[in-house]
Amino acid sequence: MSASLFAQSLAIARRDLVRELRAGEVLWITVPFGAIALLLVPMAVGTDVPLLRQIGPGMYWVVVLLFGILVAVRRTATDNPAQRDFLALAGLDPAARFAGQAMASGLLLFGFQVIVGIVALALYDPALGGWPWLLAIVPLTAIGLALLGTLAAHVAENLGAGSALVPLLVAPLAVPLLLAATEALESLQSGRSIVGWLMLMLTVPLVLAVAGVMTARPLQEAQ
Amino acid sequence: MHQALIELMDVTIRIGTATIVRNADLTVHAGEAIGVFGPNGAGKTTLLRVLATLRRPVSGTTRVLGADVSSADRFRVRRQIGLIGHTPALYPELTLAENTRFAADISGHDAGRVHEVLAAVGLAGAAERRAGRSSHGMQRRAEFARVLLQAPRLLLLDEPYNTLDEEAASLVDLVVERTLTSGGAAVVVSHDRDRVAGLIGRSTELKSGRLV
Repeated sequence: MSASLFAQSLAIARRDLVRELRAGEVLWITVPFGAIALLLVPMAVGTDVPLLRQIGPGMYWVVVLLFGILVAVRRTATDNPAQRDFLALAGLDPAARFAGQAMASGLLLFGFQVIVGIVALALYDPALGGWPWLLAIVPLTAIGLALLGTLAAHVAENLGAGSALVPLLVAPLAVPLLLAATEALESLQSGRSIVGWLMLMLTVPLVLAVAGVMTARPLQEAQ
Repeated sequence: MHQALIELMDVTIRIGTATIVRNADLTVHAGEAIGVFGPNGAGKTTLLRVLATLRRPVSGTTRVLGADVSSADRFRVRRQIGLIGHTPALYPELTLAENTRFAADISGHDAGRVHEVLAAVGLAGAAERRAGRSSHGMQRRAEFARVLLQAPRLLLLDEPYNTLDEEAASLVDLVVERTLTSGGAAVVVSHDRDRVAGLIGRSTELKSGRLV
């Protein structure tokens, strides 16, 4: 009897997390680079504290986008052609591969956002009115970027373009997600409702999840 | 006559504009092991991928385990096909046991047999070694362990003796024998006729795009 879609997704997610835990690509390469990127701006601006407070959230989301892509397309999230053949013959549902890889990337991106967020807090000291909303905004951004990065990686894999194409696919499509995250934080500071932005942050991952599941098999079989 | 597990009728296979196999016919029955020979670059591996349902021919009819490889029917039979190719399909960061358990989790086979099949291929003492830190020969053994776990009806082997020592080479004989005795069939692709002569019942040669 073949494994269920859920069991296959969990097996893929577990495999990706164990691979990443042992390779340490995100923890030892991407996180430090993200932190350094956040450090460069205060070094350039100097001790202009009000300015740093103002630009801090924007800088944080830019770093999350640019370095978050690297988390989604890390080497330990890719399968070589022999491994893809093995997965197909093992009866893996391509939708489970998409879901499992997105799950693992989502968890890693969440961890990445938390660590880089702490660095941003230390360097920029932004105002954090309505901070409990971050408990919704940060995971939703992580899920959205993970789904987008995984979908883009599968498209690039299908085109035989490698991971170089992924940032070009992800960056424009991530705009609604990051716009919503930035505007939600802005709205919190000015006391406006963030419900509309949260709805956008929920809609984007939903659309990406449906697109990823629907295109998983055609993308696999077109190779 | 046993049931035909592979039927190729007037099959042509192309990669891009290059014709790899032209108007080929081939039938392999249950209980039969055949060899496919040919020089490097003849297209043996591509033919094997078609038999594994991983590539579709441009024309002709290819039926594998009763499924037409050009239809969605191929997804139904894939779990019954075992393929050992040139490159090990293991994950270097996972141990040999974890790689085998992962295969069981994905395919729905009994994960409780992982250590049993690893012991059967002589990897009992190396089960917790990472694949990336294991020799190529040990990685091949781990792939044979996955095949034993899977017990496929159709076994496809691409240059199976490469990088195997004499002791490990007997594993090839073991998995082929088990497949045949359980009513399956095997196709062994090689450029070395002498090495696989004892393993197969008959052979065909891929020469200038023709199966002769």
